[in-house]
Amino acid sequence: MTEMVRAPRRTFPNPMAGMDDRRRQIVILAIVVALALLYPLVYRRLSDAIPFVPWPDTAVLVVCATFAILALGLNIVMGFAGLLDLGYVAFYAIGAYTTAFLASNHFGVHISWWIVLWLAVAAAAIFGVMLGAPTLKLRGDYLAIVTLGFGEIVRLVFRNLGDITIALPAILGGAVLVGPNANLTGGNVGINPIDPPIIPIPGPWGNQLIFSNQNVIASWYLVLGLLTITFFICRRLRDSKLGRAWMAIREDETAAAAMGINTVTTKLLAFSLGASFSGFAGAFTGAYNTAIFAETFSYNVSILVVVIIILGGIGSLRGVVIGAFALLYVDRTLLPWIGDNIINDPMHDLGVSTGQQILTDFKLTTYNYLIFGIVLVIMMIRRPEGLFPDAGAKAEMHGVGIAAEVTGASEAELTVLGELEEVELDDAPDPDPNAPAEPPSTTTGPEAAR
Amino acid sequence: MSAMPATAAETAGDLLVATGCTKRFGGLIAVSDVDFTIPRGSIVSLIGPNGAGKTTFFNMITGLYVPTEGRITFDGVDITGDKPHEVVRVGIARTFQNIRLFGNMSAESNVLVGLHHRLKGRWFGAILKPPSIIREEEEAHARAMELLDLVGLGRRKDTLARNLPYGDQRRLEIARALATEPKLLLLDEPTAGMNPEETRRLTDFVRELRTRLGLTVLLIEHDMKVVMGISDRVTVLDHGEKIAEGSPGEVRADPRVVEAYLGRGATSEG
Repeated sequence: MTEMVRAPRRTFPNPMAGMDDRRRQIVILAIVVALALLYPLVYRRLSDAIPFVPWPDTAVLVVCATFAILALGLNIVMGFAGLLDLGYVAFYAIGAYTTAFLASNHFGVHISWWIVLWLAVAAAAIFGVMLGAPTLKLRGDYLAIVTLGFGEIVRLVFRNLGDITIALPAILGGAVLVGPNANLTGGNVGINPIDPPIIPIPGPWGNQLIFSNQNVIASWYLVLGLLTITFFICRRLRDSKLGRAWMAIREDETAAAAMGINTVTTKLLAFSLGASFSGFAGAFTGAYNTAIFAETFSYNVSILVVVIIILGGIGSLRGVVIGAFALLYVDRTLLPWIGDNIINDPMHDLGVSTGQQILTDFKLTTYNYLIFGIVLVIMMIRRPEGLFPDAGAKAEMHGVGIAAEVTGASEAELTVLGELEEVELDDAPDPDPNAPAEPPSTTTGPEAAR
Repeated sequence: MSAMPATAAETAGDLLVATGCTKRFGGLIAVSDVDFTIPRGSIVSLIGPNGAGKTTFFNMITGLYVPTEGRITFDGVDITGDKPHEVVRVGIARTFQNIRLFGNMSAESNVLVGLHHRLKGRWFGAILKPPSIIREEEEAHARAMELLDLVGLGRRKDTLARNLPYGDQRRLEIARALATEPKLLLLDEPTAGMNPEETRRLTDFVRELRTRLGLTVLLIEHDMKVVMGISDRVTVLDHGEKIAEGSPGEVRADPRVVEAYLGRGATSEG
C-alpha cells in the first residue's frame, strides 16, 4: 500500500511552472495521445502476442472515456465550486433522451447527430439551471439530498412517461390533453433504435463512416475527440476569472460575495456548465449504443462518477481523467478477468463441496461496488486528496503545503503569539482610562452572518 | 439604487452617510437608530465594548445585513439593501475581523479574486480566449503583483493563503480588498493579534493608503493607541447606540465613553 501511495508523488512533482516542466508535460501528453490513437489498431495483435494480461478491449475504453467526460463535468460542480451533487446522472439521461427524441423513429424526427449533440448539451445546461436555481441556498448534506432526489425523479419520469394519459377533470369536460396512453419516452422498453453519428464519406470503412458499437474503433476516436474538447474547456475555465470565482465560493462564500462576486450567477454557471458536459456524454452514449433504457441511468452512475472524482483527485483535471479510466478499466476488464481466471472457479468448487449456495454462484463482478467501497475507505484514510491531486487539495487534506513555507509560517506565528503576551503585560499599568484592552472581540459579527 | 437628491451633508463632502440605521435580530436590537457620516478622505474609527454592534454596522454597510430601518447612501447613491457584490461595485471594500481568505488558493489568486468585478470576461470568453481576454488576464496578473508588492508579499505570491503567517494573512486581506479599487476601505480590527512593531507598521501603511491612493478609511479597532493616533474622528457605540462622536481628544474625555468601557462608578472613583 505504501508503495502505491508514494509512487505518484515522485512521478509527478509539482514544481513552479518552468520551461523544462512545460516541455516534459508536452512529451507526456504526446505519448498519451499516441498510445490512445494507436491502441485500438494494435489491440488484437497485442492480446494475441501477450495473452495472459487483461488488456482492455476498445469498447471498454469507449466507456472509460464517456465516464471521463462525465467526471470532468461533475468536477466543475464539485471540485471547482464545491457543491456536492449526487444526482449528476440526471443530466446524462437528459442528454441521451434529447438525442433519442431528435434522432430516432420514436417521434419520427431524424436530425443529424452532429446537430443533436449541441441540442443535447443545451438541454442538459438548461436543466442544470433548473436544478441549480431552487438549491442556491443549500450546501453540503442538504444539497446532496436534493440532487439525489432530482436524479431519481428524472429517471422515474423517463420510465413512467411511456404510458401516460393527462385529461381534464370530468367537471371541466374531461378533454384528454395528452394520450390516451401516450408513449412519450418509451417507458421500460426504452427507445430503440437511435440514429448513430454518420459521416457520409466513402472510404475503407464502406460507403459511410458510422460511429456506433458496430464500429468501436471509429467511436473510440469520436469519444476521444469529445473528451479532448471537454478537457481543454475545463482547463480554460479553471484558469479563468470564472474558475477563480468558483474556487472562491468553495473556500468562503461570504468573503467571495464581499469581493464583488455575484454568487447566484456564478453557482448557476457551475451547475449549467457542469451539466452541459454530461449532455455531451449522454448524446454520445445514446447514439453509440443506438438504444437507451431508463434503468441504465440509475443512482449507481452518479455514485460511480463521484467515486471517480474522489479517487482521481477532486479538482484535478488530470486526476479525474485518470480516475475514470482506472476505475472503469477495473470494473469492466480487470474484475471480470480476475474472476474468470483466478477466483470464480475455486469459489464455485468450494461452494459445491461445502454446499454453500452463495459460493457456488460466486461472480467477482457482482461485488464491484463492495470493492470500490473498500478502496474508497482506504483512500480516505491513506490518501484523501486522491491519486493525482492538485496542489491545493493536497495541502488541505494533509495540512501542509510546501514544507519550507509551513515551518516558516508556524515559527512566525509562535513569535507573534509570544510577543502578544508581552504586550498585554505592558499595557496593564497604562494610566489612560480608555486603554485597558478588551480581549479580542467576539461580537455578533460575521459569525452570525454565516 | 434609486437616485436620491443629495442632502446638505453629502454636498459638504461626506462619502458615506447613514441615517437612522437600526438592525434587529428578532427581539435583539444590535444597532439602534445610528446616524453616521464619513467625510471624504478621512480616517474614521468605530469603537465600543464587545457586543456594541460595531461589526453589525459594518455588515449593514457592506450588504451582508439589510438594515431593519434607516438609509445608507454612498457617494450620493442609495445603497440600502444592496447585495454585497453590488456594494463592492460602487466602491466599498472590507476586511474581516476573523480573517477570511480563500485558504486553498495562492496569495496571487486571492488578489485576483478581488479584481474579479473589474474584469469584463464572460464564461464563453474564458473558453474561446480571444486576444482581449488574454490581455485582460495579463493585466490582472500584473496588477495583482503590484498589490502584493505594495503590502510586501510579492515573494509569497505562490504560497497558499492558509500557509502564510498571521501578519501576512492580514496584509493579504488588505491587498485583496484594495484590488476591488475601493473609494472606502473598511478594516475590521486590522491589528488584532499583531505585536507593537507590526501594529505600528500597519498604522503607517493605512495612513499611506490615504495619502497615496486617496482612500477613505473606516476602522473598527480595539487598540486605543492605534485609534487615537490615526483617526480624524472617532464614533463610539455601546449597546447598539451611538454614545459619542468627535475628535480622538473629545471622545477620550467624554464621561459616557469612560463609563461604557469601565462601568458605572468608574468616573466618580477616578
